[in-house]
Amino acid sequence: MFGLLLGDFSSAFGAIKLIFWDPLFDENFASYARPQLLVKAGPIILIAIGLSIGFKAGIWNIGAEGQYILGAIFGASVALSLYPQESVLIFPAMILAGAFGGFIWALIPALLKVYFKTNEILVSLMLVYVAENILASVSQGLLRNPEGMGLPGSRNLKDYPSAHNSEIIANSGMHWGVLTAILAVILAYFLFLKHQKGFEIKIAGEAPKAAFFAGINPSKTIIFCMGMSGLLAGMAGLFEVAGPAGQITMSFNSGYGFTAIIVAFLGRLNPWGILLAGLLMALTYIGGEIAQLMLGLPGASIQLLQGMLLFFLLATDILTNYRFKSRSS
Amino acid sequence: MKFKSVLSGVLLAFGFGTVAFAADVKVGFVYVGPVGDYGWTYEHNEGRLAVEEHFGDRVETIYQESVAYGADAERVINTMAMQGADLIFTTSFGYMDPTLSAAKKFPNVKFEHATGFKLADNVSTYSGRFYEGRAIQGHIAGKMTKTNKIGYIGSYPIPEVVRGINSAYLHAKKVNPDVEFNIIWIYTWFDPAKEADAAKALIDQGADVILQHTDSTAPQAAAQQAGNVISFGQASDMADYKPFPRVSSIIDDWAPYYIARTQAVLDGTWESTATWDGIGPGMVSIGEITDAVPADVKAEALAMRDAIADGSYHPFTGPIKKQDGSDWLAAGETADDGTLLGMKFYVEGITGKIPE
Repeated sequence: MFGLLLGDFSSAFGAIKLIFWDPLFDENFASYARPQLLVKAGPIILIAIGLSIGFKAGIWNIGAEGQYILGAIFGASVALSLYPQESVLIFPAMILAGAFGGFIWALIPALLKVYFKTNEILVSLMLVYVAENILASVSQGLLRNPEGMGLPGSRNLKDYPSAHNSEIIANSGMHWGVLTAILAVILAYFLFLKHQKGFEIKIAGEAPKAAFFAGINPSKTIIFCMGMSGLLAGMAGLFEVAGPAGQITMSFNSGYGFTAIIVAFLGRLNPWGILLAGLLMALTYIGGEIAQLMLGLPGASIQLLQGMLLFFLLATDILTNYRFKSRSS
Repeated sequence: MKFKSVLSGVLLAFGFGTVAFAADVKVGFVYVGPVGDYGWTYEHNEGRLAVEEHFGDRVETIYQESVAYGADAERVINTMAMQGADLIFTTSFGYMDPTLSAAKKFPNVKFEHATGFKLADNVSTYSGRFYEGRAIQGHIAGKMTKTNKIGYIGSYPIPEVVRGINSAYLHAKKVNPDVEFNIIWIYTWFDPAKEADAAKALIDQGADVILQHTDSTAPQAAAQQAGNVISFGQASDMADYKPFPRVSSIIDDWAPYYIARTQAVLDGTWESTATWDGIGPGMVSIGEITDAVPADVKAEALAMRDAIADGSYHPFTGPIKKQDGSDWLAAGETADDGTLLGMKFYVEGITGKIPE
């Protein structure tokens, strides 16, 4: 990208190749980078699918990051309280707890909106900061590793077989969270294609008045949409903390909840679009790292590239749907 | 025609993309912030550049900045190892478990984790005794404060940071019994906006000295704006704010360590060790004490620095009580490294609690 600006085409193509080609096809990188793509894209897609349900109905859950954190805390708490017992039931229980954690965190802005007409954008966003402080508190207090020399952070769930979200096929990157994300894509597709609820959501978003007169209860739609997106974000948090991250730490959340908003729109709120957009986003992260390492590019240049990518995609959207017209005509 | 030239550009790029040059040893660095933070990461990157300069073509270095803790860190470390890095420095506390886990997967790669405490056959740890520098800061701060209120910006309440607070407090209290510490925790190493807010809040509460355990220069700028507040450079000299508000600094000097460890890998003599070096060996140094500090205070500070360097003075020398009033060190007793490394209590006199 910088190369392009400087007119140095070969280095620009070199960088673009490193970002978009090497993680997938280069023999040095692909064997490791391909599974990592799934690991990175999994939680983003899972959250984005949930968000897209609400966005279609015109319900703006901006706080998926907080729901993601709460899901991780709830799920990990189940495992940490049962440590070191081993049972096949522990992991399913963690998933339920994680989903529940995200669900209730999303329910707060939903109920406030239904009963007090508060703005769900503000409330859900503010609850992210509350969640971050809860995360900081439990990683130093309630969930702290008793063998960690007083340092913040929970036990590592990777060392606890019953709780570990391990890969389903070794070295494939395919852990239970990725599988759930793919299932969520398929279910969301059928929700909007076949199910009455999906139809109601679309109507509520596109023509709220028509929806109201058709007897679609707006409160129920709000609770369903917020609840579903919180539930999926919570599950994403649980799969991440039990798998790739391994432990609850103060900086456990890495912005997936916000990235998912971009991915949802990049995928045009279409489940398959979100799947592709999530993978593309993951590719820019993983490829960006490779480009940084190989070319010594600064980290900011990758963010610049991501920003430009989104900017031009959205600009394309506008320019294909609208055209410039002079005022006088 | 246009298409053709684009195509040839692509082919050219593919050609360049696969060119690799051979060095004897490849060294990777994982950074928690941007190299331009002018604090913690900046100094680690200076160390990396020193390695490049010292070894020339024999050593190649690679790095990655602003790497988040957790899964991202592990992926970055693994990618470096797979690219043929022989030695990898992971330069923040939160990279501990990811480093250990990568070390298991790549037994032939050597790892060095900064500020951690978990060792393995191919994992060393290293850190600086920054609390030695904090003692000198505390002395200057205690002497110079007029409001007797000292503001302290903490990152995370981990032993490393708590140790620094205790050391600074003990030495400020020694020269000024009325001194009070006001501590704000911001839960990040690098966030200029949050750091500036914390500094402003502390200044509003009457602090005329700002001590920071975060990596950006934002608190320095806030002190400068306030006008009558002094500050100290953290991790790096932060010389742009000399001679006032920045009156001195703690500088981390990683270059000698990085060069020595790279040399050990080149020679095949690398072994897993836990290094904790202070002012004496030069891993921690005290940046210029400016003329804003009265000459007698400056002389005392320099004398303390020299006494710490030659081992005749330990910043944690008893009698010291814990915050709850219980005895910690008897008169003349010095703290052992184990207690210091796991320190999770304040010394007597500090108000407030370490967040739990």
